[in-house]
Amino acid sequence: MTDQAYNFAYLDEQTKRMIRRAILKGLAVPGYQVPFASREMPMPYGWGTGGVQVSAATLTPEDTFKVIDQGADDTTNAVSIRKFFEKTAGVKTTEETEKATVIQTRHRIPETPLSEDQVLVYQVPIPEPLRFLEPRETETRKMHSLEEYGLMHVKLYEDISQHGAIATSYAYPVKAEGRYVMDPSPIPKFDNPKMADCPAIQLFGAGREQRIYALPPYCQVVSLDFEDHPFDPSKAEHPCNLCGAEDSYLDEVITDDAGGRMFVCSDTDYCRARREAGHVGAQAAAMEEGANA
Amino acid sequence: MTPLLQVSDISKFYGVRLGCRDVSFDLFPGEVMGIVGESGSGKSTLLGCLAGQLAPDTGEVLFDTRAEGPHDTLTMSEPERRMLARTDWAFVQQHAREGLRMGVSAGGNVGERLMAVGARHYGDIRDQALDWLGRVEISEDRMDDKPTAFSGGMQQRLQIARNLVTGPRLVFMDEPTGGLDVSVQARLLDLLRGLVREMGLSAIIVTHDLAVVRLLADRLMVMKDGHVVETGLTDQVLDDPQHGYTQLLVSSVLQV
Repeated sequence: MTDQAYNFAYLDEQTKRMIRRAILKGLAVPGYQVPFASREMPMPYGWGTGGVQVSAATLTPEDTFKVIDQGADDTTNAVSIRKFFEKTAGVKTTEETEKATVIQTRHRIPETPLSEDQVLVYQVPIPEPLRFLEPRETETRKMHSLEEYGLMHVKLYEDISQHGAIATSYAYPVKAEGRYVMDPSPIPKFDNPKMADCPAIQLFGAGREQRIYALPPYCQVVSLDFEDHPFDPSKAEHPCNLCGAEDSYLDEVITDDAGGRMFVCSDTDYCRARREAGHVGAQAAAMEEGANA
Repeated sequence: MTPLLQVSDISKFYGVRLGCRDVSFDLFPGEVMGIVGESGSGKSTLLGCLAGQLAPDTGEVLFDTRAEGPHDTLTMSEPERRMLARTDWAFVQQHAREGLRMGVSAGGNVGERLMAVGARHYGDIRDQALDWLGRVEISEDRMDDKPTAFSGGMQQRLQIARNLVTGPRLVFMDEPTGGLDVSVQARLLDLLRGLVREMGLSAIIVTHDLAVVRLLADRLMVMKDGHVVETGLTDQVLDDPQHGYTQLLVSSVLQV
């Protein structure tokens, strides 16, 4: 039940309209950062104010909403944003990727492939991929408009010269539709290939920086690289300890101070669904054996 | 022979103050032109106008482009001008910090221009950067150091390597030896002279150091209060100055 003190999804209708305009423009020019009049939200900058505004402008009363934070549905950021929209929009919420129509995410793309009737909303801290190479915004805008992206490769060059390989492991720069270089938000580079040719709409909101950008469905997204150092979507070389998945992105969890550690799926919904379907990882198997003995 | 650069009637005002006025000259391929004058005489303003960094109020700058022949760089679109600045032109700043990326390694600094024109093979970029660092006498083991760890002279040599790696045809230099001590200056000048001869570069050098132009420049232009007061062959101007100001300038050089 929506709290009557709030307009649907917290923001007023004029603001949502302004944000939708920015989203449409962003979809029309994939990867281009559209300025928008970001509002104060009842949460601090850096906690997803951009994503929340994009979600608010995207949600309809019929939607089912899911929020993940680093892949998990049950972490502080995810729980509080989910509750925020439960209260202000009264929409149904879920933890299951397939059932959601709008998914707000912080730093992950769900493992379950997305479909055409879904919208993925990213929270973006720094939308400008060239920021740390060229601090002047006037200059980076010019570089985008003139397609001068040599500097982006200088960063990758520096990585190789220092580490022997491209060491950038998250927020790995991509080029959308062969034109704009964009920051995919700090998702692990493991997730980069999922952005390409994705049936779902992908929207990116940066609240503090007041920028929205977007990728329309089935958009071409290429991770930048060198001919002799091609892009490599790496992950930890382990299966998940709980569900045994070998194709999912893993979190490393330190379990004691004697070097004990375990690897578990960062996508909690994916891991749960696999375990319910009967998949068993190394640790879960060991625990079962212990119980039987 | 077509001049590489034809400059006519360049004037630039800063509000009511004069930057430079009615400057015209031709620069031919392989020629080095020196511009001397005291501080505030408009020589850096002129250089900025020629290199497309400042917009002059009147005049035109025709550059002999590879593809289309002489082209006015002032009416060119910005992408075209920036493309020229990355390929056929080079700009060596007085302060190396302004011309370098101080947070990026020496190799990356040299490689940037290559990557800006589309090089995407790490091994090739590195080989070329290494070759150029060698030419400016920076040893291989300093390649991955940042310019912050370099001395002033090394930074200046690195800036030169970074600028020349794409094989430009025209180099703009603004006081390339300013702020360096004399022995370092001498080596840098030696290096520059070698590169200019070897690559057949055309260059425009702005300086207030007459010794620098004596060594590097074929022709000399003397500026005073925004006007060109005397032009001619370098040796002729320096040995037999005609204009009162040039005479003053030449006689003001400290004799050791």
